[in-house]
Amino acid sequence: MSVGQRVTSDHQLARLLQIGVVLEEVVEARSTQHHREMDGDVDAEIEALLRHAAEESADHRDRLEALIGELDAESVSYEEIEALVEAQYGKTKPEDFDGVLYDQLCNEETAYKFYDDLIEAIEGSDSSFSIDRDRVLDTLRGIRAEEEEGVEEVTAIMERR
Amino acid sequence: MNTADQYLKAIYLVQETEDGPASTGAVADALDVSPASANEMIGKLEERGLAEHEKYKGVSLTDEGILRAREALSNYCIIERFLANVLEVEEFRAEARSLEAVIDDTVAERLDTIIDRSSECPDCFDAETDACKYLAEVESENPAD
Repeated sequence: MSVGQRVTSDHQLARLLQIGVVLEEVVEARSTQHHREMDGDVDAEIEALLRHAAEESADHRDRLEALIGELDAESVSYEEIEALVEAQYGKTKPEDFDGVLYDQLCNEETAYKFYDDLIEAIEGSDSSFSIDRDRVLDTLRGIRAEEEEGVEEVTAIMERR
Repeated sequence: MNTADQYLKAIYLVQETEDGPASTGAVADALDVSPASANEMIGKLEERGLAEHEKYKGVSLTDEGILRAREALSNYCIIERFLANVLEVEEFRAEARSLEAVIDDTVAERLDTIIDRSSECPDCFDAETDACKYLAEVESENPAD
């Protein structure tokens, strides 16, 4: 067991980026499921939020996959994660619009925390990777900033309602 | 998972295995840290009311410590199960150990929405095999080539 937050190898970095991809895919798949469940019974604001969340997650996934590819590792297919989300969705789905917003807030907060911890763990390590460390950090910081905006966006909607 | 939670989980598992207080040496071994580091952290856990240390006997978790250790163990199970079942990592134990410090509780909870975990969790975690007994069973039925 290793105590302490550090990323020390290409392999470990690639694995953590894969986890990032999965988290993004979970957001995308759950947003799509929420949308489907509501079946037209959804207001424009929530609909726009869900659509934006799914698009943004797909974009984050692309950026993470570019890094994973350079580390000579494979990404995780969206179809696989979508199937797992669908299989477990019945047990975890929100019951109403407030639940959907809360789920979105959890998604954004979780992603923010993940990237924040990952950035800290990379910064806390003096290991070198086969890809440019600054580029990895720049990419992750960019994604983290968008997750932060996402948290603010959902919070603002929740406060208005 | 923060350092304190990693210690709580390790003490909990050593206590389960030894059926009594955990020696500082065993906790240090489980975490691959020096006995001095283990002693220091155990002191902090005592100050927070999460553990009690008795000289020459070892450390025992308080009820609050047990509660937190079990949560940490559940999160660890999620990481192992996610690595084994979703990413199909053969060396899921070693990788879970190397990743647990970077995976926060909230992240583990999100990963939990795509894995199938027993309601017994974390009681089905087997300290000897360092994995959920159901995960270990599947592994022995389908050994890696």
